[in-house]
Order: sequence, then structure tokens, then C-alpha cells
Amino acid sequence: MTLDIRARKRLTQQFTLDVDFTVPPGVTILFGASGSGKTTLLRCVAGLLRPDAGSLVVGGDVLFDADRGIDVRPSQRRFGFVFQHLALFPHLTAAENIGYGLSGVTASERRSRVAEIAESLRISAVLNRRPGEISGGQRQRVGLARSVVTAPRVLLLDEPLSALDHDTQSRIIEDLRRWNSAHRIPILYVTHSHREVFALGERVIVLSNGAVVADGAPDEVMNAPETDLMALLTGFENVLDAVVETRSVTAGVMRVRLPTPTGLPPLGARGEEGTSDGGRPPHSRGGGIAERGVELEVPLTSSHPSAPIRVAIRAGDIIVATEPPRGLSARNVLPGRIIALTAEGSRVTLSVDVGAHLLVHVTPTARETLRLQAGSAVWLVIKTHSCRVVSADEPRVAS
Amino acid sequence: MDWTAILLSLELATVVCVILLVVGLPIAYWLAFSSFRWKFLIESVIALPLVLPPTVLGFYVLIALGSRSPVGRLWIAWTGHPLAFTFEALVIASIIYSLPFAVQPIASAFSQVDRSLLDASETLGAGRLRTFRHVILPLSLEGVLAGAVLSFAHTVGEFGVVLMVGGNLPGVTRTVSISIYDEVQSLNLAAANQTALALLLFSFTVLALVYALLRKPWAVVPIQ
Repeated sequence: MTLDIRARKRLTQQFTLDVDFTVPPGVTILFGASGSGKTTLLRCVAGLLRPDAGSLVVGGDVLFDADRGIDVRPSQRRFGFVFQHLALFPHLTAAENIGYGLSGVTASERRSRVAEIAESLRISAVLNRRPGEISGGQRQRVGLARSVVTAPRVLLLDEPLSALDHDTQSRIIEDLRRWNSAHRIPILYVTHSHREVFALGERVIVLSNGAVVADGAPDEVMNAPETDLMALLTGFENVLDAVVETRSVTAGVMRVRLPTPTGLPPLGARGEEGTSDGGRPPHSRGGGIAERGVELEVPLTSSHPSAPIRVAIRAGDIIVATEPPRGLSARNVLPGRIIALTAEGSRVTLSVDVGAHLLVHVTPTARETLRLQAGSAVWLVIKTHSCRVVSADEPRVAS
Repeated sequence: MDWTAILLSLELATVVCVILLVVGLPIAYWLAFSSFRWKFLIESVIALPLVLPPTVLGFYVLIALGSRSPVGRLWIAWTGHPLAFTFEALVIASIIYSLPFAVQPIASAFSQVDRSLLDASETLGAGRLRTFRHVILPLSLEGVLAGAVLSFAHTVGEFGVVLMVGGNLPGVTRTVSISIYDEVQSLNLAAANQTALALLLFSFTVLALVYALLRKPWAVVPIQ
């Protein structure tokens, strides 16, 4: 059974959802920044929002068709929907919540099915409590149990784990995988967390501004972004303009130069990196004051010498040294200076000027041990294969 | 103390309160969930009794129920006697007069129910009626209770409309407030005081009981 989705929904002057794809049995991740249309799409599929145009077919059963005027009510679609804030009924116990969708069966049948799903999701102990009296993880499991106990033919999950800590997330993901291997139905799972993409997904679809911008296995899509837009969306904090200098086909690498930008105000006079960029993830796109420019060794692509390309590097893939490192396999060692340093939770972000401007993530412990502060001289170590060559792709503007 | 008047008032208020709940729930549901373009007009009509002087309302109700109006003639053809100055006329007038007191708290409670709960109920296969019975209503009990109490109390206390529509017939249309007014008019202050005090104590007891219930509604009205 597969789910065929074609939907167009204009929400505002600026935003139109316009997608066309098929969801096979198994977990398909819908990934994207907030406002990219993930939840809108999910609500259209569930029937809670009516698309302006398109169709929705599950295993040959037409549930929506704008042209033919077909629009099956959400209550008749037999889709499971796990809401972002769960929407558990606060006045009902966990057991009553789970059994809510089992209205067509006898009381004893309902009891046994509720008990069975509760057992497999490890919430048997809290069945007689109300949602307000159980933990977040247990609530999450009740929400999941309530949706799957009805044996839906499609399961829709809207960021179901975003409020939980990592341990609880992992355990619930494990439960969901187990359930899914026994019930091969199409599952659409909305998230903006990289962790969940890799932990759950057999396939990931990336939405940006209402359109599908990438579609494939998590490894291909998330680790090897093909365009700079994808690089930003999938968490490559550094996207740098570069020019190919030399290519070495035998070694499978090429050297690129990050051109020194002209006409930029001196560093220090510029505003906080990334904030002037319309809410997109912080990144740097060239910049710097060095006169020499910076050379990087990157994996070989078909780009011609002197062709303009872009190089994407994850901030977490860059190693920081406070002395000139020696005896490394990494081919790129860039001397530079820390310009700014911001701590946020368990992560410290360094802005480093190496002639270009790079963002680097380190742990608070690393920061203390190395006594990193603004002005410190550092060497950045970047493996050749931590550099991804992406093609320029301006963000899509909704028509 | 005028027991006849007190009992009549309680009877009137109970009948009105029950009918208002039956009529008020669907109206409140419609007000809370309809996206009808001209909804504000209906809202205004329902809220009118809040701002109109009772005599204005009573005047029009009297005209509408009079033996020359279609409603009045229908009533005469049906029952054989005119509608004005009867208990039934009082009930009809009180329903109109107390409608906003029942509908507004209920509609407000309905519209405060988290919409995602309604979405959840629907995706779990429940139709509108089931969603209403099992989600909206239990989560709006306080509002429904408030609507019931307010309409009851408001009916017990009404004066102008009763005077216009019902007149002053002992045991038929002579309610507590009319009785007190009469006693005062005939300078029978002690009798007026007794009835007034009884009404005061009764109102206080009902309100205290309701507010106590509202604090922990589940303990009193268990919902399956």
C-alpha cells in the first residue's frame, strides 16, 4: 500500500504549498525549517485542511480529488495522526484516550486491544491515570498508542518527539521502528531534527518554502547536499564561495581558493554573523581580511579550473588547535584568530577569521581546556572529505 | 412570607433553565464553531436582552403574544385561551430575556476547548456528535454550569418583563420580585423583608454551592 500525494495549497500571498510525491510503506521523513510547510502538508493529508488542488490516493482508494469533488472526511480516512502537542484528551485516562478510536468494537475487545498496545509500548502501568499525571515520555507513548491501536492505513506524525530528552527520544524511536517492522504502512514523520532523520528514516523528503527540494536516503540527502540551499537546510553552517585552482584526478582531490572579498568593511565593524540573513541558519559565505586568500583541498568534482563553486563545511567537523599541529592526515590546516565566541547550551560557537570567516563548534570543556577566547590564535584542521562541493542555488521564491 | 410567589418563581426558573439548556447548547455550539459570515448579527440579536430595558423587551413580547398577533391567535386556536398574562407567557418571555445568560458562558467555554483535541477526535474516527458528547461537553462543564446558574438566577430575579407580560395574578404570574414590590407598595415592610431575605439566602446558597462544584467538577459530575 502506498500513499500518493499531490497537493497545492495557497496559505498566504507569499506561501504556497505545492508538492507531488509518493510515500511507500516504511518511514518517510519530512524535513525542513519551521515555516517550510511540513505541518500544512500533514494536515492536508489528514483532511484537516483542504488543498486548493491535487489528489490523495491510498492503495487505489481516492480520498481527495479536487477535480472530481471528492473529499473524504478526516473521520472516515482511517489515518493515524500524532499531533505535535499530542492533543491527548485531558479529562480521560490513558486507557480511555487509547480506546477512543475503537468505538466500533465491543467493550471487552477494546480492553484487550488497549492492553495489548499498552504492553508493547510499555505504558501498562499508567493506563488509569490522566495525561496530566504522567511523564512527557509516557504521554508521547499514549499519543502514539492512541493512533496506532485503530490499525490505521497511514500514520502521520508531526514532530512527535521534539519536547523530549534524547534518551526518551531514542527509546520511543526504537518502539516506533519495531511497530513499523510489524505493520508495513506508509508513515510520514515530520521533524526538523537531524538526529531523528538518521535514527528513523529510510527516506527523507526536504521541504523548503512549500516545495520539495530534495528526496532520497538520509545519508545521501543529509550528508551530501547537492546545492548550497540544501547545505544550509541540512545543517552545514559554513558555505563558502571558492574558485577551483588545480585538479588532481589521480589523487581524487582539487585545490580551491576562497577569494578575498573586496569592498567589505573591516572585520569587527561587521554585524553579528548570520543575523542579517532572514532567519536562516548562521553561516558564513566568504569574507575575511587576509590579503593572501585561503586555499583548501576538497574532494574532486567535475568543476572546471577557475570555475566558481561553493564549499560546505559543518561547524562540528572542524578541529581547533592552539598550537601549529603536526603529523596530521588532514590536509587543511588554516591559521587564524577567534573573532567572537558564543555559548549556547552544551555547544560553543567560535567565529574564526582564517582569511575567510568560519563557524566552528566546540564543547564547553574544550573551550576551558584550551582557554579559547576572542583574540586567541588558533589553527583550524579540516579533513578533505569534510568539505562538500555544492552548486549555487538561490532560495526558491514561491510563485 | 409569600410562599406561593416563591414556589412560582422557583418553578418558572427551573422550567426556563431546562429549556434554555436544551435550546442554548446547539446555539452556543453554532456560535462557537460556525464560520458563517453574518454570525455577528446573530450574536447581536442574542445579546440584545443584556442592554435593552426589560420594559422594552416586555412590551414587544406582550405585543407578539397578544391575541391579535399570529402567535397569540395560534395559541388561542390550540388551547382555547389567550396567551398573555399566563404562566406560559412568562416562560416564553423569560427564555428570551435570559437567553444570553445561558448562551454566552457556554459558547465561550466551547470556543476555549483546544481545537487540536477536536482534530484528534476527528482523525480517530469520531463524528461531530461523538466529538461533542465526549470531548467538547465534558471539557466545557464549568461553562454549562455557569450558564445554567446564571439563567436560573436571572429568571428568579426578573421584574420588568414579568410585570409587562405576566401582570400580577397570585399563583399564576405573581413572582417573588412582584410580590415584594406589592408588599412595599402597601407599606407591609415586614412581609417584604421576610420574602426578600428568603430570596437573598436562597440565591447565596445556590451560588456558593455552584462555585464549590466548579472548583472540582470531576468529583461531583463523574464523566465516563
